[in-house]
Amino acid sequence: MPIVRVQTEDFDTGRELEALTGGRKDVGAVASFVGLVRDANDGSPIAGMTLEHYPGMTEKALEEICREAHSRWDLLDTLVIHRVGALVPGDRIVLVGVSSGHRGEAFAACEFIMDYLKTRAPFWKREETPQGPRWVEARGSDDAAADRWR
Amino acid sequence: MVTLLYFASLRERLGRSREEVPLPSGTATVASLLEHLRARDERWTEALAPGKAWRVAVNQRMADPATPLKPGDEVAFFPPVTGG
Repeated sequence: MPIVRVQTEDFDTGRELEALTGGRKDVGAVASFVGLVRDANDGSPIAGMTLEHYPGMTEKALEEICREAHSRWDLLDTLVIHRVGALVPGDRIVLVGVSSGHRGEAFAACEFIMDYLKTRAPFWKREETPQGPRWVEARGSDDAAADRWR
Repeated sequence: MVTLLYFASLRERLGRSREEVPLPSGTATVASLLEHLRARDERWTEALAPGKAWRVAVNQRMADPATPLKPGDEVAFFPPVTGG
């Protein structure tokens, strides 16, 4: 069963990944990804950002992405924690964790979940720049990354 | 009636986050709803123009203009997503 959480609070990466294995003895590999707020984007310094989401659909979309990963690879558990609300540079935004028997599946599934999250989960970033706030534009390179898995 | 939701830059441009509207008569689809919304005024025509980068979800699943609608559905319009 995928574990999916959307929250304003920060998360403890170590503790979350520890809980993912939960004392099981059949886990041979845990791969994880942590996304952070950068202090610059598209040539502009970034003082902070606000993450908006579509409550209800976000959780469903993330669960579906995790289920798709389970159907493609032999995985034990998947975890996605994504923050919303006001964040500043250096803050954690997202954690993806995947456990499996062997590293190959864990690495691949972790990247797959992030690529699909970037293009299918309803989150939107609004950045604070010296010129005022602006909505982050979706990138074609994110679509291309997701298309690799088709 | 259907519930319409708007998010992010589309919400700001259209000046609302939620509304209830009657279903267009005849065969109701996302396309017929869009026709009705675009007819409101220039701002709506422009924001929801066919070539524009907007997405639509029906009952919290990604949808497209051909997706059928029934009373009680939740229809959301938003720009391409930028999470992660």
